[in-house]
Amino acid sequence: MGQSTNQRSIVTPYRRHQAGSQPNSLYEPYRASVRRAPSQPLIFLPHTLSEVTGPIYPHGEIGETDNDLTRQHAGEPLGERIIVTGRVLDSNGHPVPHALIELWQANSAGRYAHAIDQHPAPRDPNFTGTGRTLTDEGGMYRFVTIKPGPYPWLNHYNAWRPAHIHFSVFGRAFLSRLVTQMYFPGDPLFAFDPIYQSVPDEKARQRMISRFDLETTQPQWATGYKFDIVLRGPEATPFES
Amino acid sequence: MDLTPTPSQTVGPFFHFCLTTDKCCVRSIAGPQANGERVLLTVQVLDGNGEPVPDAVIEIWQANSEGKYNHPDDAQQKTVDPGFLGFGRMGTAENGSCEFETIKPGRVPGPGNVPQAPHLNVAVFGRGMLRQLCTRIYFAGDLANQNDPILALVPEERRDTLMAHADSTRPGGWRFTVRLQGEDETVFFDL
Repeated sequence: MGQSTNQRSIVTPYRRHQAGSQPNSLYEPYRASVRRAPSQPLIFLPHTLSEVTGPIYPHGEIGETDNDLTRQHAGEPLGERIIVTGRVLDSNGHPVPHALIELWQANSAGRYAHAIDQHPAPRDPNFTGTGRTLTDEGGMYRFVTIKPGPYPWLNHYNAWRPAHIHFSVFGRAFLSRLVTQMYFPGDPLFAFDPIYQSVPDEKARQRMISRFDLETTQPQWATGYKFDIVLRGPEATPFES
Repeated sequence: MDLTPTPSQTVGPFFHFCLTTDKCCVRSIAGPQANGERVLLTVQVLDGNGEPVPDAVIEIWQANSEGKYNHPDDAQQKTVDPGFLGFGRMGTAENGSCEFETIKPGRVPGPGNVPQAPHLNVAVFGRGMLRQLCTRIYFAGDLANQNDPILALVPEERRDTLMAHADSTRPGGWRFTVRLQGEDETVFFDL
C-alpha cells in the first residue's frame, strides 16, 4: 500500500510548502479558527493527476469593466483611486498565463457592499467592490479600484483589520489554488491583526504586502501598487530535466 | 525575486458577493448531456461543535466518466466529454449545505499507475479557515475502494469519513458530510 515504485509516473509532483511559509489551520488569536481547524494531522498525499490538474478559466465571461471597479456604476466611487498590478508566477519563476483572478474588498470607508456587514460606515452607491480578470501571456494582471478602508470586527476588544483586498487565484493545478489578502505598505494595524500574524514566518507575511510603485502611478490620476503572486509549481520543469 | 508561494489567508465572512453569486457559483459540474451515472450530491459542513457552517465555499474538481480530466496535463488516451466541465463551486446555506449536479467519475491512475477508485477532489474555504482544507469524496459501496492507493494511506477506522452515502430519498442522490473537527473528523490531506 502506497509503496514507492520504480515505474515512471506520468505525473510530475509539485513542490511542497516550506515550514512557516503558510498559516496553520489553527491560530488561536483568530477566534473563528478554534472550532474550524482539524485536530488530527493532515495525511500526506502523493500527487496524482487529480491534484496536478485543475479548472482552467472555469466559468463566466470577463466583462469590460470587471477589472475596473471605478467604472461599474453611473458615478465614480469616493476614495483614493489606485492601480493594482503585478504578475502571477509559479515557484519556478515561470509566468502563469490565463489565470483567473477574482477580488473583493470594502469601500473607502471600510464597509462591504454585503448585507451582513453592519459596520456603521457609509455605503457607496457607486462602488460594489468586486472584480475579476485573467492574466495575460506573461502572467500580468491589472485592476483599477479605490483604496479600501480599515474596518472593525469582533475578534477581540478594539479589533481592526488592516486595509486589504481579497484575492482568489486559479493556477494550473487543484493544489496551486490560492485565496489570500493583499495589504498596503506601512499599515499600523499589522502588529494587532491575527489574520496577518497567522503566517509564522515574518518574511512570508511580508509577501502579502503590496509595494507603492511610481512607474505604475499615473500623473494626475491614480497611485500605483505592485503585487506579485507566487503559486506552487512543479518540482522539475521541462527545462531542468 | 523570492519565489516562495504567497501565503494563504481566510476568505473571511464577506466573500459571497464575489465568489458565490448566481453568476459566479457553479452547481452543474456535468451538464445534462454529459456521459455517466447521474449524481445529485449534497455536501454539508459542520464545525467542531457539530454546528452547521453557513459561510463556507466548496470547490470540486473531478474527472469525466472515463476518468479523464479536462486539462492539458492529462495525457491519457481517453475521450474528452464536451458536455462535461469538471469544476463546481457553491457556498453553503444556513444549514451548512450545498448541492451539486454531476456524474460519477471514472478511474484515474494513481501512484505507480495503480488505478484510483472514483473520487471527487474537494477544497473547503470558509471564515475562520486560514487555508483551504482538501479532502476527497469516494462513493460508499464501490468495490474499487478496496484497492484504492490513496484510501490505503488512511487509517482504516477513518476511511468512512471520505465516503459519500447514497440518499435513498431521491434518485441519484448522495450525501457527504465535512466534519472540520472532533468526533468522526473528516480526513484532510496534505497536498
